[in-house]
Amino acid sequence: MTTSYSWTLAVGFLVFGPVLGALLAGIDRRLTARMQSRRGPPLLQPVYDVLKLFEKDTLVVTRLQTLYLWGFLFFMVISGFILFLGSDLLLSLFALTVSGIFLCLAAYATNSPYSNIGSSRELMLMMAYEPMLIMVPLGFFLVADSFRVSDIVAGEPWQVLQLSGILIGFLFVLTIKLRKSPFDLSSSHHGHQELVKGITTDLSGSDLALVEIGHWYENTILLAWLYLFFAPLGVVWALPIALVLFFAEVLIDNTHARLTWTSTLKGTWSVTALFGVTNLMLLPLIA
Amino acid sequence: MSFLKKSPWVLHYAATSCNGCDIELLACLTPLYDVERFGIVNTGNPKHADIFLVTGSVNEESRKVVENLYAQMPDPKVVVAIGACALSGGIFRDAYNVYGGIDQVLPVDVYVPGCAARPEAIIDGVVRALAILEERARERKTQRKLVTS
Ligand code: SF4
Repeated sequence: MTTSYSWTLAVGFLVFGPVLGALLAGIDRRLTARMQSRRGPPLLQPVYDVLKLFEKDTLVVTRLQTLYLWGFLFFMVISGFILFLGSDLLLSLFALTVSGIFLCLAAYATNSPYSNIGSSRELMLMMAYEPMLIMVPLGFFLVADSFRVSDIVAGEPWQVLQLSGILIGFLFVLTIKLRKSPFDLSSSHHGHQELVKGITTDLSGSDLALVEIGHWYENTILLAWLYLFFAPLGVVWALPIALVLFFAEVLIDNTHARLTWTSTLKGTWSVTALFGVTNLMLLPLIA
Repeated sequence: MSFLKKSPWVLHYAATSCNGCDIELLACLTPLYDVERFGIVNTGNPKHADIFLVTGSVNEESRKVVENLYAQMPDPKVVVAIGACALSGGIFRDAYNVYGGIDQVLPVDVYVPGCAARPEAIIDGVVRALAILEERARERKTQRKLVTS
């Protein structure tokens, strides 16, 4: 069922995915600054940062780190490609997970205590959010009878009401996925602290640029996931709603202090059980 | 053109200062001065930093740290010494335990005077450092071209 339209979308993601992701990151930094009554950097600041990183030297601790980082970027792109092709959502999720593991591997390979703590915490976070993420495709399957993104987009407009519990759970884990406070345990945006930079502590120059570009793709992918909930409403409604919810994360980021990993794990699993599992159990009754 | 100028990430270290200069330095990040509008980010990680901002008169303990941090920064990089202490030892100059100035242990590119150095002066110093940083990047590029040709 892959039409030329979906191929255009997928290739469009390859090219414009990082651009959109960078813009989202730029708006994020700008919004954060405004919330702290500062002016904030220019909108394209994340792009300037990455272009600068390519001009800097890259300190190589181990050659493996670059290989792992390419793995991280590759699977991230694959995940988004599958998603935008309108293909299997579950497959896209697995690629996203593999990509996350590659980032942890890169951090472990560099052997610095800070990046080791960062990647241990990242694995812990994965354990926290992965059950909820799995529940999203499952929920979609129960309402749309298919894991295929194209079928989900063509679903009923009230699917978001049927999946409201799962949406709440997803918004919760989105905070973790975007590395926002209170869940920025593994790598914070602010380097001057006990963790230094967590996962990315030992990555510099073009290696760090790869991580940033991967995060741009990830931003686009996560926005697309959010969009998927509202997709049957049509793009005029779905896109603004998805964007508003996406940037609501910035508000949460700025109003919460960091949690410990134990409370993160407990909190996420409670939310998963309370909203995700309950929603899944009730779905056969209401669908 | 070089993007170093558009996204300078700074690393701040207090090498035995009285913390007066450090507080002024951190004031640059507050809403009043907001250096992030120039893309300046205060990173705590030497491997991500372009500009090394050092305050204080440096003693034996902090010398090791300063040298280590400097060595961990990837090229191109610049060093900015902030405050009278970092320039010459300041009021601690005659103390037996200080080196008296960052340039005793590191090659310093920009000197920002004052006790404490004012935020405006610090921003000014960073802007000067940027010009040096860009110059250095350009030199490296021409050198590489020479080597490859
Ligand atoms: S220059 Fe003055 S304010 Fe700055 S560290 Fe030295 S004594 Fe403190």
